[in-house]
Amino acid sequence: MNRAQHIIPSGIVFFVGVWIAWVSFTQQPSEAFLFPRLISASFVALSGWTFLKALLGWSKIGSGISRQMAVNLAPGLVVALLYVFWLAKALGFYTATALAFFVLLSLYDPAPHDNLKTWSKRGIITACFIAVMYGVFGLLLKVYTPREILF
Amino acid sequence: MEFIYYFGDVFTPVNFLLLLVGTIGGLILGATPGLSPTMAVALLIPFTFHLEAVSGLILLGAAYTSTVAGGAVSAILLKIPGAPANIATTLDGHTMAKKGEGARALQLSFLASAVGGIFGVLLLIFLTPLLAKWALAFGPSHLFWLAILGVTIIGSLDSASVVKGLLSGCIGLWLATIGFDDIMGAQRFIFHSSLGGGINIIAALIGLFAIPQVLTMFAKGRRNDNIEVIEVKKHAIGDAVRELFSRKRALAIGTAVGSFIGLIPGVGGQIAGLVAYDQTKKFSPEREEFGTGHSEGVIAAESANNAMVGPSLVPLLTLSIPGSPTAAVLLGGLLIHGIFPGTDLFDNHPEVAWTFINSMLIGQVLMCLFGLYIAGLAARVAQVPQSVMAAVVLGLSVFGAYSVQSSMGDVYVMAALGVMMFFLERFGFSAAPLVLGLILGPIAEANFIQGSMIANATDGLGSYFFSGGLNLILIAVVIASIIYSVMMELRQNRAQTVGVEA
Repeated sequence: MNRAQHIIPSGIVFFVGVWIAWVSFTQQPSEAFLFPRLISASFVALSGWTFLKALLGWSKIGSGISRQMAVNLAPGLVVALLYVFWLAKALGFYTATALAFFVLLSLYDPAPHDNLKTWSKRGIITACFIAVMYGVFGLLLKVYTPREILF
Repeated sequence: MEFIYYFGDVFTPVNFLLLLVGTIGGLILGATPGLSPTMAVALLIPFTFHLEAVSGLILLGAAYTSTVAGGAVSAILLKIPGAPANIATTLDGHTMAKKGEGARALQLSFLASAVGGIFGVLLLIFLTPLLAKWALAFGPSHLFWLAILGVTIIGSLDSASVVKGLLSGCIGLWLATIGFDDIMGAQRFIFHSSLGGGINIIAALIGLFAIPQVLTMFAKGRRNDNIEVIEVKKHAIGDAVRELFSRKRALAIGTAVGSFIGLIPGVGGQIAGLVAYDQTKKFSPEREEFGTGHSEGVIAAESANNAMVGPSLVPLLTLSIPGSPTAAVLLGGLLIHGIFPGTDLFDNHPEVAWTFINSMLIGQVLMCLFGLYIAGLAARVAQVPQSVMAAVVLGLSVFGAYSVQSSMGDVYVMAALGVMMFFLERFGFSAAPLVLGLILGPIAEANFIQGSMIANATDGLGSYFFSGGLNLILIAVVIASIIYSVMMELRQNRAQTVGVEA
């Protein structure tokens, strides 16, 4: 793990700490920010020390993110974020979950993509999962989810 | 002996069914590599929200107990510990399985888990009321320091870096302040409409424990693990029982070490299993055979990691300090039902406290019985590809976070915290102190404000929070835990430097 991989996250955490401290010490009423002030002081001290260590190259803890790992992670992360922040509300929970589940399964399944049997297997697993989710959340727990686009 | 009166409540149809579901589900989830007990319990919390407090806790307690024991199945049959607590089991358990003694290893592991677990729960039964009575003497300043102690002790002992562990605790404490202030009604750090009601604990728990594991599975890519399951041949259970009790030394050391370590907040099952294994090896006349498939290794490790479960709940149920990350999740399960640990729990909700504790005792027996029969099935489940597992956990996380308040905001918070935690973990931060900060933050703040009011009317802030025997003891423990962890970290760094130079 190179020095930049230590500097960037610890810098972000330090920046967040400074922002919290600034808000805590400037916002009113001051009584409401008494406890946040206490926390933010410790936050800035600890994050400042972590950032300084990273700048000086003393940071050793953490395995970081390798190029290969980032390449592996990126498609799954993008699909997951699209699913959570957009599709779930736009298409409805069950439709979006089925779509995201099938895409993720296909992206990370080590089985070959040029085999019809593999695709049918993925389709069956997705259908079974959605059926279980509907059974548990829709029928058993009676959770009302956003309206589905398809039904 | 109050607990005896509440035994009947465990056997009501709903409670007993939940105990069975939690036990069997926990065994299967525990056997699945990549699904930690903490994550399993966090994913179950949304279901408990729809149940009575006691029923919900029974489900969570059963899952906690049996996921730890279930981890032994994959440790023995696949050489992959289901949870960190099962690492020591792999050393001899898998070698036994490779020799064709898989059934014997599994039987010994479940029997030892049950003996250790029952002893641990008995400790919980007898120690908890004593500590809960002692907790009556605690005022706001003591409760404030206790909450800080909970965060610092896990922050310093449970993390690879003390500073990053404490910083994680600070992040959790800050997250707990988001939303409207309880006293003045002022808005604090609400930079998105989803945060108006503060951060929902259940959504946060799911995000912090489940999403990083999903992303870790994604980060491995399209990998074919080709896990080979060793076939389990039949072995007479009577022989395993006789062997267990002929290995009294390993059983006693494992149980004692696990129980003691469970009482120390933040240390966890992984340490319990490894320390018990090491101590049993030292005291065994057959120490050379350890690592070659010696049954004492399995017995010591498994009795220790389950003996830890009961005592890890003692500081949680009495002082609100969770003994392990999973206990922190259980605390979340208590708080969502408006129940606070300590005297409130035992004085105002004795039926909840004792039925839950009794169910853990019965759960140990059920875990042993079912574990022996479904070990083979659990090992098959452990072969489920990571791609399926990741997609299932992601779907469950989204539905689970949404189901609590039917709020998309909770889903966004869950996802944002999960992605943030994944990256923070890669850079040495830890989820456990962050969760503790989030859970204990409101307790710390409420007592800090209350203490400040008392202090302003009396001797002043410094004198109120920094004087008195109990305050000074708690402050000393906070400082001692940090100093100890810093020293351990420095020693480890020095050893690594010497190793690199050599």
